[in-house]
Amino acid sequence: MTGTLLKIDGLTKAYPGVVANSDVSFEIKTGEVHALLGENGAGKSTLVKMIYGLVKPDSGTMMMNGAPFAPPEPRAARASGVAMVFQHFSLFDALNVAENIALGMEHPPALRDLAEKIRTVSEDYGLPLDPYRTVGDLSAGERQRVEIIRCLLQDPKLLIMDEPTSVLTPQEVEILFETLRKLTAEGVAILYISHKLEEIRALCDAATILRLGKNVGTCVPAETSARDMAELMVGTELQTPNSAGAELGDVVLDISGLSMPSPSAFGTALRNIHLRLRAGEVLGIGGVAGNGQDELLLALSGEIRTEQNAVKLKGEAIGQLAPNARRSRGLLTAPEERLGHAAAPNMSLTENALLTGNVRKGLSNRGFLKWAKTRSFAEEIIEKFDVRTPGPDNAARSLSGGNLQKFVIGREVLQDPDVLVVNQPTWGVDASAAASIRQAILDLAANGTAVIVISQDLDELMEVADNFAALNEGRLTETRPTQGLTIDEIGLMMGGAHGMEVAHAKA
Amino acid sequence: MDLSAINPALLLASLLVAATPILLAGIGELVVERAGVLNLGVEGMMITGAICGFMATIVTGSPVFGFVFAAIGGATLAFLFALLTQYALANQVASGLALTLFGLGLSSLLGQDYVGLKPPSTPKLDIPFLSDLPFIGTVLFNHDIIVYLGIALVALVWAALKYSRIGLILRAVGENHDAAHALGYKVVRIRVLAIMFGGACAGLGGAYISLIRVPQWTEGMTAGAGWIALALVVFASWKPWRVLLGAWLFGGVTVLQLNLQAAGVAIPVEFLSMSPYIITIVVLVIMSADKSRAPASLGRIFHASS
Repeated sequence: MTGTLLKIDGLTKAYPGVVANSDVSFEIKTGEVHALLGENGAGKSTLVKMIYGLVKPDSGTMMMNGAPFAPPEPRAARASGVAMVFQHFSLFDALNVAENIALGMEHPPALRDLAEKIRTVSEDYGLPLDPYRTVGDLSAGERQRVEIIRCLLQDPKLLIMDEPTSVLTPQEVEILFETLRKLTAEGVAILYISHKLEEIRALCDAATILRLGKNVGTCVPAETSARDMAELMVGTELQTPNSAGAELGDVVLDISGLSMPSPSAFGTALRNIHLRLRAGEVLGIGGVAGNGQDELLLALSGEIRTEQNAVKLKGEAIGQLAPNARRSRGLLTAPEERLGHAAAPNMSLTENALLTGNVRKGLSNRGFLKWAKTRSFAEEIIEKFDVRTPGPDNAARSLSGGNLQKFVIGREVLQDPDVLVVNQPTWGVDASAAASIRQAILDLAANGTAVIVISQDLDELMEVADNFAALNEGRLTETRPTQGLTIDEIGLMMGGAHGMEVAHAKA
Repeated sequence: MDLSAINPALLLASLLVAATPILLAGIGELVVERAGVLNLGVEGMMITGAICGFMATIVTGSPVFGFVFAAIGGATLAFLFALLTQYALANQVASGLALTLFGLGLSSLLGQDYVGLKPPSTPKLDIPFLSDLPFIGTVLFNHDIIVYLGIALVALVWAALKYSRIGLILRAVGENHDAAHALGYKVVRIRVLAIMFGGACAGLGGAYISLIRVPQWTEGMTAGAGWIALALVVFASWKPWRVLLGAWLFGGVTVLQLNLQAAGVAIPVEFLSMSPYIITIVVLVIMSADKSRAPASLGRIFHASS
């Protein structure tokens, strides 16, 4: 099968101020897995939105099976056999699986027939699903299955997958790959967007690399090293963070028997969590999204109070203390969501610096704010963490994700914490910014701060953490040294494959 | 005090009548909110419907025309809200409050020459045999057609939301408008239609007050019925049958307390007058303690960014 399915020729799309895609050309062959590589903001999403009919190109053409292809809307793209699995799931929490799937189809059969079809198709591909479960109750992996089944029911010729593995355990990734290989064997082409290079090397037949909206190279992933691909993506050489490897000190944070219901309807309750953290230690907490990570951060930051003795900081019970009281005692946190949780989007960087820095940095006096001091604190963060912004008066919203993340992490690091808890420190951050954030975490630990890094990026955890534990359905596994831990063991700690079986190779 | 003066059959019959305006307005607002839009202008749309219906009935002499024009009037005012919130992306709460104030002012302007007039009465449906049944006939089968229309509308909305494709799409839009947009559904168009449906229902509810319940025109005659309808939707957990139940409960306690007042019960009038509001809200609050929740996109502004 070597026929060209989709030929993209000179696609250009500009938004006010940015050129998202500039003269991008490549071909996808029938039955191949084609990787689209690039950093955040390289133009991958815009490109696939054009193929899926969500965005119209300014210039350039596409040919599908030799015929001109210019879908005015997703419906037209679907009719031509293009299906897409979204990065941020386009699912409706309050509806059940069958209803969600019906919404993605042009002419869905009656709900009962559809449910039957979902059962058969999902089992054929080794992705079992109950059509009557409410989607809000499903795990991230199961939710992705819903999206995939929704696409498969339309008999696609081209399946677009945007960062499909970022929410899966290693075992679930393996199952997904089995399913994808089965699909390509049936002649379906897959456009696979990711920045996880090892996965691409294992799965993809060809790769196109985008940088700043331009096609900067094509390669055969199996024959190219991950480092070469990464440097093509970034355009410069990469620095690997290195740890000074300090001696571990006394126990500073002692969590015992921490249980807490989740504040949100579809969240996960924490169940009897035990954890001891020593000065200078970096503890990596892995796990699939939605297994209690957000709740653990809330319990540690003090946004939700717990039993007084469940959380002890340097021997003092702080379970009932509010966030500012914890900050003054040296426990700082940086939550996952940059806009809205870690930073107030419409406030300036100076004001944002004040929000968490007030207590430890003494930025106010009897209720009156010391603006000059606050401003110089914000400038210090901007300078030391290389935050690219015209100045501290700019609104947090105006910064790119990576820059704002550097600011948010820098704000906590510069307050000289005894314990720092960060959730997803490099989520949606480009490779060079991610490297500098990881370096900052390691430097902090080398100076005797205990750090908890909650992340779904296992490579990141392996890189920075001394010890590893995983959250699974609100329970924390035992802590184990990162050295010598295999990916299989980690997967099992994360809860294995959540009761799935590998697609039995029937074809 | 003479409780025997209260006739249970008449009481139940007037319950259905008293409940109809807020039932109509409530079921309309339910559809709007399930589509993810919070329209606080129900009161304004009701009173506009009341005067439009009243005027059309006086001019044409036909209550049927009156109700049609009431629906059109309410929908027109709702369309104004839709323009503001869906195209100009204005804040929904502020726009809804403005709509109420605007509707109250507009209706008293339009109604200046109509104060004190009496509209032709709307005929009651006379169903052979059924209407003549003792008790049941009086309670259930001796009403004007709008009472039945209200109940039929509840059934229709329930069935449409639960079983039809258009209902599924409407719920999807109200649940997650970004995802619905990504799947290629016309979020704005669906919402505009839902808002206009809500306006038409509120207009009918208003006209029911000015044409049947009272029947005459006075300024501000809806007297907060629109706000009750809004509260009803929330406390009914966005479920059609609970809106019906709440409306009946409210209507029932209203007519009961009026009867009690007339019978001279030794409870201060002020307490009796507030009882429908308190009892309805208490009952619905207790019922809404289950895990049902608001449509996730309710009140959020949708802006197609790509």
